[in-house]
Amino acid sequence: MKAANVLVLVAFCGLLIYAATGFPNRGDALSVTNRETSPAGTPNAPAHYIRRAKEEAHTDNMVTAILADYRGYDTLGEETVILTAGLICYLLLRRERSGHEKE
Amino acid sequence: MRRNENNPIIDLISSLVAPFIMLFGLYVIFHGHYSPGGGFQGGTLLAASVILLRLSLGSDLGQGQFPSRLGTPLASLGVLIYYGTGLAALLLGGAFLNYAFIPFSVLTPLRRSWGILSVEIGVGLAVMAVLVAIYDDLLEGEPDA
Repeated sequence: MKAANVLVLVAFCGLLIYAATGFPNRGDALSVTNRETSPAGTPNAPAHYIRRAKEEAHTDNMVTAILADYRGYDTLGEETVILTAGLICYLLLRRERSGHEKE
Repeated sequence: MRRNENNPIIDLISSLVAPFIMLFGLYVIFHGHYSPGGGFQGGTLLAASVILLRLSLGSDLGQGQFPSRLGTPLASLGVLIYYGTGLAALLLGGAFLNYAFIPFSVLTPLRRSWGILSVEIGVGLAVMAVLVAIYDDLLEGEPDA
């Protein structure tokens, strides 16, 4: 059983490393995600963000502008997930709260 | 669980370091417009300072900075700030979360910046409160933890 676990772990590790070798180089202008247009011919979103984020969102940090302004719904969902996780921990772990004091 | 032995060195160092971690967390939240940072990272730092005090001083003495009963209410308040920012824009004539319609500032272009800040404060509050609340929940019922 233990050997099988280790084997699966090593296999996944090798798979991830193999997948990582296929990534484009950092800053590669010719990779699909960094081009002006997508392979389908539509304009790519990153080019728009890099050009216009400063003047549209009035925020120097492009990452913050994308996170909280362009992708506001996404961040809203993330925060709701965090709150849900906290509430579930509260419900699962605090058992004897409303009734008698604990001894 | 092992009893808290009240090591004076640990108490002193954590009491000295915790305010600076808290200050740095606030800096990360409010300076997220110009440098790497934002609500999630700043909220985690704030929670780290509170949990550091609870670890060193014990859960009873560590209540001073952030009482346990505030955990869930503050987390809800943070999420409500986010939803409230979106709804305020909706009520004032824009789309949901369109910060250009929120009357934070006279200048319309700056409103987007202030809207992002308001949202980040909500995120930071929720993240900090939830992390501390989970820590408190895990230690519920432990004597002198």
